[in-house]
Amino acid sequence: MAQQILPRGARAPEFTLHVTPDQTLSLGELRGKPVILAFYPADWSPVCGDQMALYNEVLPEFKKHGAELLGISVDGAWCHAAFAKDRRLHFPLLADFEPKGEVSRQYGAYRTEDGFSERALFVIDRQGTIWWSYCSPVAVNPGADGILEALESLPRATEPATR
Amino acid sequence: MARLKVAVSARDHVQGPDDADVTLVEYGDFECPHCGHAYPIVKQVEDHFGDRLRFVYRHFPLREIHPHAEAAAETSEYAGAQDRFWEMHDLLFENQQALGLPLLVESAEALGLSSAGLRKALDNGDYAPKVQSDFLGGVRSGVNGTPTFFIEGERHDGPHELADLVSAIERRMKRVGVRR
Repeated sequence: MAQQILPRGARAPEFTLHVTPDQTLSLGELRGKPVILAFYPADWSPVCGDQMALYNEVLPEFKKHGAELLGISVDGAWCHAAFAKDRRLHFPLLADFEPKGEVSRQYGAYRTEDGFSERALFVIDRQGTIWWSYCSPVAVNPGADGILEALESLPRATEPATR
Repeated sequence: MARLKVAVSARDHVQGPDDADVTLVEYGDFECPHCGHAYPIVKQVEDHFGDRLRFVYRHFPLREIHPHAEAAAETSEYAGAQDRFWEMHDLLFENQQALGLPLLVESAEALGLSSAGLRKALDNGDYAPKVQSDFLGGVRSGVNGTPTFFIEGERHDGPHELADLVSAIERRMKRVGVRR
């Protein structure tokens, strides 16, 4: 069975992953902003029900909260580049490619038996702590409602975090 | 289980009686091929249940992957403002392959609506707020692609061929203890 994903209150594990074939992104670079981590199984799932295509449409709502959205799967950077171009994605896709699935594992979001990530969502607060997490059945696109509710419940940037 | 967060109201486009046993809400996109596939199926579902079913269509244009979806949705609202929403809805789905401004204009003319009025409404974005309001309500409700169906307020996860929708609606009717 799949392991449990990291819960609210856990420190978000730091990582550095390729965001393009020649650029990397570290979670720590986004400190001070809410971060949405969306782990998903694979690029190129059917278009109209695709989770990343949906988040692309909802991106302006995420931005209203100052949040950064990162998609993560085990696909390589070249695959992500082609996928992002095809779907006109306006947010980064990170390649959890080498060592395969290592970051997904750290978040408890790796399906060892399948060799790809769960559909696991994390909202990380401005201080780098997991504020909300959710793991959807792998065949069900979880939508964006949970993410938006979590962003709304975050303390404002100027308030001290209380939980 | 994702639930519909925006109740059906007078601002919605509705087919079927208000006191129907079950309400089916679709969030759709006129350019989405899966919605085009679902279009005749929904008609069959409506025929199957007759007055026991109320059907509501709301907009969920995936604008980045479907460049004509927003204008099509606004065109249906333009028609809706003149009580012709469903005729336009049908025309757009039936001619989905040809979707684009010329088709929108032709469809307006076919329904006897002013094409100049349509162009003006599209240029001004007169109906964009309505479409966006549907979209955001859908996001809030857990719409996760198009089409997304809600049966009595519960998101229908899984296939939406005729047999799937009919049996899901029948299950729901049994659960609420409907007997006719």
